[in-house]
Amino acid sequence: MSGNHIISVLVENKSGVLAKISGLFSRRGFNIESLAVGPTEDEKISRITIVVNAEIHSLEQVVKQLYKLINVIKIQELDPSNIVERELVLIKVNADNSTRAEILEIVDIFRANIVDVAKKSLSIEITGNSRKIQGIEELLQPYGILELVRTGKIALSRGSKK
Amino acid sequence: MGKITGAQMLIKCLKEEGVEVIFGFPGGVVIPIYDAIFDSDIRHILVRHEQGAVHAADGYARATGKVGVCLATSGPGATNLITGIANAYMDSVPVVAITGQVATDLIGTDAFQEADITGITAPITKHNYLIQDIKDLPVIIKEAFHIASTGRPGPVLIDIPVDISKGMIEDNIKVELKLEGYKPTYIGNPRQILSAARGIYESKKPVIFAGGGIVSSGASDILTEFAHTLNIPVITTLIGKGAFSDADELSVGMAGMHGTKPANLSFTGTDMIIAVGVRFDDRVTGKLSEFAKNSLVIHIDIDPAEIGKNVKVDIPIVGDAKSVLTDLLGRYKELVEKKGEPDRKEWLDYVMALKKQCAFKPGNEPESLKPGYIIRKIWEATGGDAIICTEVGQNQMWAAQYFKCLKPRTFISSGGLGTMGFGLPAAIGAKVGCPGKTVIDIAGDGSIQMNSQELATAVLNKIPVKIMILNNGYLGLVRQWQELFWDKRYSHTDIVDSVDFVKLIEAYGGVGFRVTKKSEVESTIKKALEIDNVVMVDFRIEREENVYPMVPAGYPIDQMIECE
Repeated sequence: MSGNHIISVLVENKSGVLAKISGLFSRRGFNIESLAVGPTEDEKISRITIVVNAEIHSLEQVVKQLYKLINVIKIQELDPSNIVERELVLIKVNADNSTRAEILEIVDIFRANIVDVAKKSLSIEITGNSRKIQGIEELLQPYGILELVRTGKIALSRGSKK
Repeated sequence: MGKITGAQMLIKCLKEEGVEVIFGFPGGVVIPIYDAIFDSDIRHILVRHEQGAVHAADGYARATGKVGVCLATSGPGATNLITGIANAYMDSVPVVAITGQVATDLIGTDAFQEADITGITAPITKHNYLIQDIKDLPVIIKEAFHIASTGRPGPVLIDIPVDISKGMIEDNIKVELKLEGYKPTYIGNPRQILSAARGIYESKKPVIFAGGGIVSSGASDILTEFAHTLNIPVITTLIGKGAFSDADELSVGMAGMHGTKPANLSFTGTDMIIAVGVRFDDRVTGKLSEFAKNSLVIHIDIDPAEIGKNVKVDIPIVGDAKSVLTDLLGRYKELVEKKGEPDRKEWLDYVMALKKQCAFKPGNEPESLKPGYIIRKIWEATGGDAIICTEVGQNQMWAAQYFKCLKPRTFISSGGLGTMGFGLPAAIGAKVGCPGKTVIDIAGDGSIQMNSQELATAVLNKIPVKIMILNNGYLGLVRQWQELFWDKRYSHTDIVDSVDFVKLIEAYGGVGFRVTKKSEVESTIKKALEIDNVVMVDFRIEREENVYPMVPAGYPIDQMIECE
């Protein structure tokens, strides 16, 4: 059965590593839903958080093939029921005098932020898990979303175990 | 201590890694490296095409077990290595390919002879490097050789910009290997090994399936002891040929698309496959859903990604073949001591009867020139004590079927990628690595034309390889498919009389013979082996001879097409 799986890949912070990982995914036919990368508490190590759409058997192969890359240090398959998961989204939505107030209410309820105001639009910044993001998107759709950009999910497992 | 150039440091590091020979071809951005080679006592063999260099490094590595090294310039020099690097990658051969690159400040500007070779070879190398700081050079060389030769071997590419090879570096840099993300597992899990021993003990019809991993691991002796202790049949792969002696009574040969009938039927009838150092390639398994349906599978491999990739595995054991087989044999012997010898006579008798049924029966042979006859005569003339390289196609399959290899590292063939033109340069590399051995390239008339320019390399460097061309005037294996499955529509596979091979080898300064009659075969082979020069023999074999048995693509391997 196919589904979205989140894997957190710790890699050496060297040039070309991200290219090797995305190359691996494309040539083996694994589907990347989203990808986020940045340095960790150790500047020599980066973390790449990948949401992969695959069946369980294929996911096993994905992880094994990733481990073959010399620059990959450790891979965690994150259990969705035991993680803190966040994504940051910027949404530019149609807004004029007649609709601005309603939109501001929605922004307020979701504890999002207004980061830009213009005559005909508002830009909103929101951080949260996928349910929250989906929620605000659905509510803003009717006003007309002009542009939307997402960072991709990042996640950490709960508790003090690494 | 003083300072030396990057190029000089490169040569110094190569010597420290035990490199004795480099196969290469110069060019603009590697002149600094060639200048350093000029003063060095490392042997350099100049090829005539960079593809020849990388295949030679590959053949050298397969024959000796050491890392093969090739050197090419940037741009077209580097891209000419691609086929050979992919070939080494598919067959897990330890090769280090060094390429020159344009100066660091020109990278990315589409400079003259610039190519993003690290980007291009990322999917076909075990790892690759672009040296960006001269201080990294020594540690990168050390890492490259370590990665190429350990775990599951594979090609590593090092791209060196020309300003780095001209730059200066302290002579006495100390290097320490620190690869956080690379820690292969060599010792097998003891619980898994015990499970496997028990599983094997309980099985009624087990079979051993051994491949390239046995060769890389040096596990041939322990495999032989293991097979004889269990007294069960052994199937080998194309790359594993010689890992278990073809002359051993327990050997049933190669399985798969052109495998032997006993081997294929052993896979169909077995209840326990003990797979060591293999990857269950599609040429072997045929239709995967039908492969070994009634069998449990123990898969021992140093690469965890291969276990469970194609075939469901019941007892996975990650580890080095030699180490795991040694432990496994120990556990198995303990079980036998406690519970007695299991009875597998019926299974063994069945397989041995199949073997006898399909064995070659002398006498009653046709008078026309057949490839099987030629290869058998080559075997007799060498006593089986030769290194056989092959090209790709029918010549390769006949060589695999008819030449009985007795030891590992004596059969060098492009399995995974199936690269025509591999055989001649690989034979050159093998002969350089094993000068005391007879090295023969069994070729087809199509394949040999792909890298024939390397005849110059062989003759001029006094590398007396012997090339035996099974000449049928066709791209034989494709023609066979066109005959069997495409209504004999021989689209562009007829290449009869494309070149006079005798004149060709003589043009390069070697010796040539043409054989058109069966009666000339034995004496010509004898002459060819005795002459101290590169010899090319053009055997005019029967044109439409086919390779049998054959399992058509996508069919289960017990459905073989056989010759009447």
